[in-house]
Amino acid sequence: MAEPESPEAVPAARHDRSPWNWLLLLPIVLPLLTPLFNHDSPRLWGFPAFYWVQFLFILVGVATTTVVYQMTKKR
Amino acid sequence: MGDHVTEIIIFTFLFLLVSGMGFVAARWRAPKDMAHLDEWGLGGRSFGAWITWFLVGGDLYTAYTFVAVPALIFGAGAAGFFAVPYTVIIYPMFFLILIRLWSVSHRHGFVTPADFVRTRFGSPTLALLIAITGIVATMPYIALQLVGIEAVLKTMGVTGDSTLARHAPIIIAFAILAAYTYQSGLRAPALIAFVKDILIYLVIIVAVIYLPAKLGGWGSIFDSAKAKFDASTNPGDGILLNANNQLQYITLALGSAMALFLYPHSVTGVLASKNRNVIKRNMSALPAYSFLLGLLALLGYVAIASGVKPLPGAKPGSLDSNTVVPLLFDIQFPSWFAGIAFAAIGIGALVPAAIMSIAAANLFTRNIYKEYLRKDATPAQEASVSKIASLVVKVGAVAFIVFLDPQFSIDLQLIGGVIILQTAPSVALGLYTRWFHRGGLIAGWAAGMALAFWMLWQIPNAATGRAHFGGSAFLLSEFGFDTKKTIYVGFVAVLVNLLVAVIVTLLLRALKTPDGVDGTTPDDFFADEGDPRIDKSATPVQTVSST
Repeated sequence: MAEPESPEAVPAARHDRSPWNWLLLLPIVLPLLTPLFNHDSPRLWGFPAFYWVQFLFILVGVATTTVVYQMTKKR
Repeated sequence: MGDHVTEIIIFTFLFLLVSGMGFVAARWRAPKDMAHLDEWGLGGRSFGAWITWFLVGGDLYTAYTFVAVPALIFGAGAAGFFAVPYTVIIYPMFFLILIRLWSVSHRHGFVTPADFVRTRFGSPTLALLIAITGIVATMPYIALQLVGIEAVLKTMGVTGDSTLARHAPIIIAFAILAAYTYQSGLRAPALIAFVKDILIYLVIIVAVIYLPAKLGGWGSIFDSAKAKFDASTNPGDGILLNANNQLQYITLALGSAMALFLYPHSVTGVLASKNRNVIKRNMSALPAYSFLLGLLALLGYVAIASGVKPLPGAKPGSLDSNTVVPLLFDIQFPSWFAGIAFAAIGIGALVPAAIMSIAAANLFTRNIYKEYLRKDATPAQEASVSKIASLVVKVGAVAFIVFLDPQFSIDLQLIGGVIILQTAPSVALGLYTRWFHRGGLIAGWAAGMALAFWMLWQIPNAATGRAHFGGSAFLLSEFGFDTKKTIYVGFVAVLVNLLVAVIVTLLLRALKTPDGVDGTTPDDFFADEGDPRIDKSATPVQTVSST
């Protein structure tokens, strides 16, 4: 972009770095650790652990993205 | 056909209803001037949280997913459940990475991921490779949506014996789809997605409550699946993973997640949203679909418990496992509800097919037509070229299904996921770093592609007796390791791609080969709605050509 950029035109807080972002590693790494949940028992409502634990990870994903969004959004 | 009259009537009624909506969509949130790629191809970049949720949900969770994932669980068990970790991993990745693509695209008026690569690395050639990869990967994906519809039609018995009779219903369905996509652009699938998703949620919630109650509860469903797999001779199946397919499970989930956000149609869905917060909030709301997909996947086990036998496939002696879920609905539901369920799957094919064809058409228009054929194309010309390209793409997809063995599309889809991953270093890493040399990225892409094809060629399919393209699980023993473990092809290929990109970049830097000019500033990656530097009156085309 060749156009000159005036400093006033650009808001100051121009980054999205935040320690809260590290929380997002949790839903990325947890589902990849198969030895943690590759078991039949304990069953929950008839579901082997392999299945209900992975359903649980969906909730982990929802919780972490919600927290990170709330903590990092610009006010 | 006589037994299925109620189903066919309900299916046809709902299908026609959404077709009507597709045509009306052109007037929904209508712009002053539809003859612009931002309007036709990105819905005016104006979608809020709700529309984005329905649109992206309808886009990522396709009809093919809805029939193929349960079919995989039906056939192989736990290995097919990778769809759940895959759709968990993807959202935090979107949250961190794709948001930057939205910002830089918003700032520069990019319509496709290849637009970004062109400006970022100053290389039309690299952009062309990214665009072609995107188009080639998307085409069979569209064709597979037809496989989804066909599975439903087959179950309802609306398929004749001759080639024409067998395919007439899908040809008609796709002709209607092509017509309203041509007229309404991205607004059509956005509006239809509401109906599609409501129907799908309804069907799945009823299915996961009603069916287990009828079949003795989830516990006994899992037990009967276990009994089936214990009795089978296939060493890879079972309701849990075994020692040899865990690495495959992990790399497939991770690789598929990375591939999904590189697919042009996901990018189109995300770029159509109006600001960063819409995307971030959606990352907490979209996993609702993952829950749905997980439950749907388990219908594969429900089908085992209720004794479903798949219908015969296209070739004598073969079985079409994609008919498992439609058959389950046909057997277990009253016919009026089965009709609704079939319509949900059928309409479910239309939303992603429309978005995919728009995404592929945008790639052609922006990165081939405007780059190489007509450099001074106006926004109106771009929009009309894109509309025609979307028709061509759909005709191509229908031809794939009608004239070739559907297995060919499934193979291509498998390859598609692997090759789209090869754009990761340019697109995903490019959003974070400009370290790579354009020549390095091109070399890495070529190496990744070559390796991916070789590996896929080596994989036989024991079930169908074919020697090549039998799946994406590669035996590590082929590399000389003494093990029976398997790994996802795309994962290996993208690692090699990255390695080559790094080495060639270092080499070209050492030789002082000129690199492209970076047209972006670090600031662009955080731009949001209402950015003072974006001139609303300027068209995106002018913005790009000034770089």
